Amino acid sequence: MTPDRIIRRLALWWLLGAFAFSPSAFGKLTIEITEGAGSGIPIAAVPFKWTGSGSPPEDIGAIVSADLYRSGRFDLLPASDFLSRPSEASEVRYKDWRLIKAEALVVGRLTMTGPDQFDVSFELLDVYREKVKTGLKFSVKRSQLRQVAHQISDRIFYEMTGIEGAFNTRIAYVTMQQQDKDRIYQLMVADSDGHDPQEILKTTNLPVLSPSWSPNGQWLAYVSFSDDRSGANIWLQDIASGQRRRIARIDGSASAPAWSPDGRSLALTVSASGNTDIYIMQVATGELRRITKDPAIDTEPAWAPDGRELVFTSDRGGRPQIYRAKADGTGVERLTREGKENAGASYDPTGKRLVLVTNQGSGAGYQIGVFYLESGRTDVLTDGTLDESPTFSSNGTMILYATKMGREGVLAAVSADGRVRQLLKLHDGDVREPAWSVSR
Amino acid sequence: MMRRFGTIVLVLFLGVAISGCAASKKKGGSAVEVEDATIGNTTDSTASGIGTGDTTAGEIIVVEENTTNMDDPLGQRVVYFDFDSANLTPEAQRIVEAHAQYLAGNPGMAVVLEGHADERGTREYNLALGERRANAVSQIFQSLGVPADAIRTISYGEERPVSMGQDEGAWSLNRRVEILY
Repeated sequence: MTPDRIIRRLALWWLLGAFAFSPSAFGKLTIEITEGAGSGIPIAAVPFKWTGSGSPPEDIGAIVSADLYRSGRFDLLPASDFLSRPSEASEVRYKDWRLIKAEALVVGRLTMTGPDQFDVSFELLDVYREKVKTGLKFSVKRSQLRQVAHQISDRIFYEMTGIEGAFNTRIAYVTMQQQDKDRIYQLMVADSDGHDPQEILKTTNLPVLSPSWSPNGQWLAYVSFSDDRSGANIWLQDIASGQRRRIARIDGSASAPAWSPDGRSLALTVSASGNTDIYIMQVATGELRRITKDPAIDTEPAWAPDGRELVFTSDRGGRPQIYRAKADGTGVERLTREGKENAGASYDPTGKRLVLVTNQGSGAGYQIGVFYLESGRTDVLTDGTLDESPTFSSNGTMILYATKMGREGVLAAVSADGRVRQLLKLHDGDVREPAWSVSR
Repeated sequence: MMRRFGTIVLVLFLGVAISGCAASKKKGGSAVEVEDATIGNTTDSTASGIGTGDTTAGEIIVVEENTTNMDDPLGQRVVYFDFDSANLTPEAQRIVEAHAQYLAGNPGMAVVLEGHADERGTREYNLALGERRANAVSQIFQSLGVPADAIRTISYGEERPVSMGQDEGAWSLNRRVEILY
């Protein structure tokens, strides 16, 4: 282990310790970069100039700063170092920013124009070339301000890295709290930064797992139980209206839903007569088509971005490993050959990598890995022992996953190159089963 | 290990059944609430009154106690499995066969076989593994004359552990099939 690695590991443990001994840190959103900070693009984000009565309804500059910081690709310069506070390009003295070694500068304004109407403008400036790289103006209601801030972050991220931003997206996750005799499950939806959490479903003693976003962000498919006598089944729920329906009355159980990229079908797992196989269901008609026919466990289907292939977990070789099949069920081949077990795979947006749960053996436990389809190599990105449920951001740069802090489940994020890792403390109780939306 | 010393494990889900199954919308219009009205009934009849120690009402209580009638396999309603396995140990086989013979000799009784897994591995894989375990027991039941339509199998995967530890001792108690009738 290199000294650098040891220091980073120590920093992680220090942070975990800090969490463990400060109960006040619980119960609200906490995001900390635990590894890899200090090597990003130096950027200064000036607090947005507020014009209106009272205090600004949202701190747009702070939301943007937090987004950029979380991506791990930027070093946010402290506002206390700023020599001036411009709010548009014409007010910028570039040497003020060269002096503090900012490569890029974000300036903007938030102006109240009516009872519930606000103008937001921003510009991203190249400090060394002394020019405006991009800028946007919005006219929105108060309830849309956070979303606008995330759109600004997406624009900045794209300009600075050449990669589409994924800040203006949402995440779904499941919480479980023990209350007296009961286990209370909640299916939650929140902004990608954890803000504005909304309860979508609450159940008592009926587990909830495997949320999957429809590509348009309107629906969640998930697994739950209807009572104590029936097996797992899949529900589709319209997030805006709360309306939900069970997708099928399958004799046996249904689980592991995965929306196809075109949103028309769901890949899912059906267990009947003791055998577990992958099926594809047409959402509109409910028509089921069987994809795998093996006496082994076949589960956790996930679609390639082009919708032509699926990967899934199977123990047909003895232990769980990742296999691939064409969407008509032909051409089944084993993909993962390294590691004792591999499971829970899903594609990145390019179709070139899978994120999965890997057990490398020798008591290592379960970590998050990235599997490269072309080379067959697996990079292990985390060092927990019960890490699971990895989900790519829509731009493939970050992976959200579930890990344990002591006995408690928490969400964490790691950059797809493994450089930056963060813990997200969203709620009291156990937090698990994250799923990252493709669109808002 | 523990079971060799004649330990039985009883799982109590305390509390009364909640009447009715509510599925109501919240004020915001988008949240759905669902309650399981039947879970309170899963108390093992042999377990009443055994609860010991400092327990909060309604927590899942694991009671371990030495018992003298370990020779009666019908007294045991839970069988345990090795990691990632649905093969029955000789002891599990003995227990399952005893229940099968009892049920085959008492037509009209219905049985629920609940399959469970420990927390290692993914939740979905464990759901399938619990199914496989419940089905392994179901196969023996059917081979000994219990009608298939009297048997219901349900898997909860790793979602309903009875022991919350993070070690083999806890995991071995969670890899189980509960025989409920």
